[in-house]
Amino acid sequence: MIRFESVTKEYPDGTVAVDALSLTAPTGKITVLVGPSGCGKTTSLRMINRMIEPTGGRILIDDRDTSSIDSAELRRGIGYVIQHAGLFPHRTILANIATVPLLLGWDRAKATSRALELMDRVGLPQSFAKRYPSQLSGGQQQRVGVARALAADPPVMLMDEPFSAVDPIVREQLQDEFLRLQGEIGKTIVFVTHDIDEAIKLGDQVAVLRVGGRLAQLAAPEELLSQPVDDFVADFVGRDRGYRTLGFRTASFPTSTEPTVRLGATVEELRAVSNDRWVLVLDDNDHPVGWVEPDRVDGSVSRDALHRGGTVASTDGPLRQALDAALSAPSGRGVIVGPDGVFVGTVRARDLIAPIEASAASERAAADAARTEPGGSGEPGDLVVTEPKAR
Amino acid sequence: MDWFTSHLDDVWRLLVVHAYLAGLPLLLGLLVALPLGWLARRFSWAYPPLIIGTGLLYTLPSLAVFILLPGILHTRILDPVNVLVAMTVYTVALLVRTVADGLGAIPEDVRLAANAMGYRPVRRLLGVELPLAVPVISAGLRVAAVSNVSIVSVAAIIGVEQLGSLFTDGFNRAFFPPIVTGILACGVLALLFDVVIVVLTRLMTPWTRARAAS
Repeated sequence: MIRFESVTKEYPDGTVAVDALSLTAPTGKITVLVGPSGCGKTTSLRMINRMIEPTGGRILIDDRDTSSIDSAELRRGIGYVIQHAGLFPHRTILANIATVPLLLGWDRAKATSRALELMDRVGLPQSFAKRYPSQLSGGQQQRVGVARALAADPPVMLMDEPFSAVDPIVREQLQDEFLRLQGEIGKTIVFVTHDIDEAIKLGDQVAVLRVGGRLAQLAAPEELLSQPVDDFVADFVGRDRGYRTLGFRTASFPTSTEPTVRLGATVEELRAVSNDRWVLVLDDNDHPVGWVEPDRVDGSVSRDALHRGGTVASTDGPLRQALDAALSAPSGRGVIVGPDGVFVGTVRARDLIAPIEASAASERAAADAARTEPGGSGEPGDLVVTEPKAR
Repeated sequence: MDWFTSHLDDVWRLLVVHAYLAGLPLLLGLLVALPLGWLARRFSWAYPPLIIGTGLLYTLPSLAVFILLPGILHTRILDPVNVLVAMTVYTVALLVRTVADGLGAIPEDVRLAANAMGYRPVRRLLGVELPLAVPVISAGLRVAAVSNVSIVSVAAIIGVEQLGSLFTDGFNRAFFPPIVTGILACGVLALLFDVVIVVLTRLMTPWTRARAAS
């Protein structure tokens, strides 16, 4: 657990980068610091490992005041991922990853085997071990950066806009893998970004900072979307808040049976199961692969003939996914699968409205209840942390 | 050509001395320039005096230095130590700025990452900053090597024997073959130094050539 107690950073010229920041980053969770440039988010992050020294207040890691720990020792115990990876250009990938273990005095063989293990972990082929950073793409370098931060297995990781310098597709991939990895390793992570969508996607809790380094709101992502405390947070969180909240809500909804065929089915089989314009196609494992128009099939259904536009939602996924599946399906019937990927049925957008309204109503009721309780969540700067969402 | 073949032993002996007088100061100068360059980079107030001060050393006329050094060092006028010290001073003059600039050219995010990993200053300098500054320092060293080979020859005037002695000999006798031989030998020696520095640099910086393999 990392605790900021009224932490302030004021520069000699009087600029206040961080103003009496108090917040707690719970153990094993991702806390995202987000805000416009000049909000002090990176300064706050760097004060944790004392790359910047606070001018007021204190920061505790597991109840130890960081100012009482030798700064180099402190940093070796904290993983750090920086924006452009910041790999050492003169060292091989393997040596880059082994940096902290070697600083800690591990023997070379142990550090090397640990580095190889981590390459595996972050999805880098072992053939990269002897390469230099300049031979890797930006996304690959960032994976090395993550592996390097994890090398000595620190309980705490600091990440400073680690995915902002790569293109959007790679970024999304890295974010997904990062969440998967965090699911396995459960580090206490403080993550800085200027991208609110990234904050909402990755954070167990999100701290929105305003210019001048003051905390505007600290909340779980769905609460940030549904109950921004003021205009600043509402503006920063942005449009489509109501719709984006659906990304955190699950509810059961009715599905309808849907006539399906398998890949390789003939035109006659298609006509036999349905006279609708669109027919759903499954593979041999009953996983949906796409929609097909019988009128356009020549002979039998091949993968090439499939319409690829529709998304697939899971019964245990968020409502946003189900609604998106319904809206994106060419037939208007969203494809729903079970947690194992096996086709369950379809759902129309109109059948999702009632569950969505019900879920919103119960959310509001819960929020009202919290507001009437003394010491409930909500006030910015409050040390009480809302329970981060389960993963 | 006849003169050259008949004096091969002499020329070889002078070449070896010349290489010693020009080469050893390269190493000594580098050793002195490294901490000075680091200081200039580490403390911004130290940069102007160190860079300007050491740079001015290079403007000292070499003949004057060769003549004055024995008085300062209490050495005999013919002592080769005078030449070694003078050449070291010139090497330092050329390398302090190079070292400072080489250390300054390290990408900010690399320096930041080294700090964040928990490097202490000395280990960061030796393990991260100096290796990355090698290409820049090497470029400065190549200039210093050529400059040293050239300046050392002046020491012939005060009687310290090396390839420059071929020039004074030729001049005294109005005889060209030793002069031509001396110029060529200096050229060969400068080239040799250059090759050694380039090869060592390549061995120390495999990462600069890795780009092409991607």
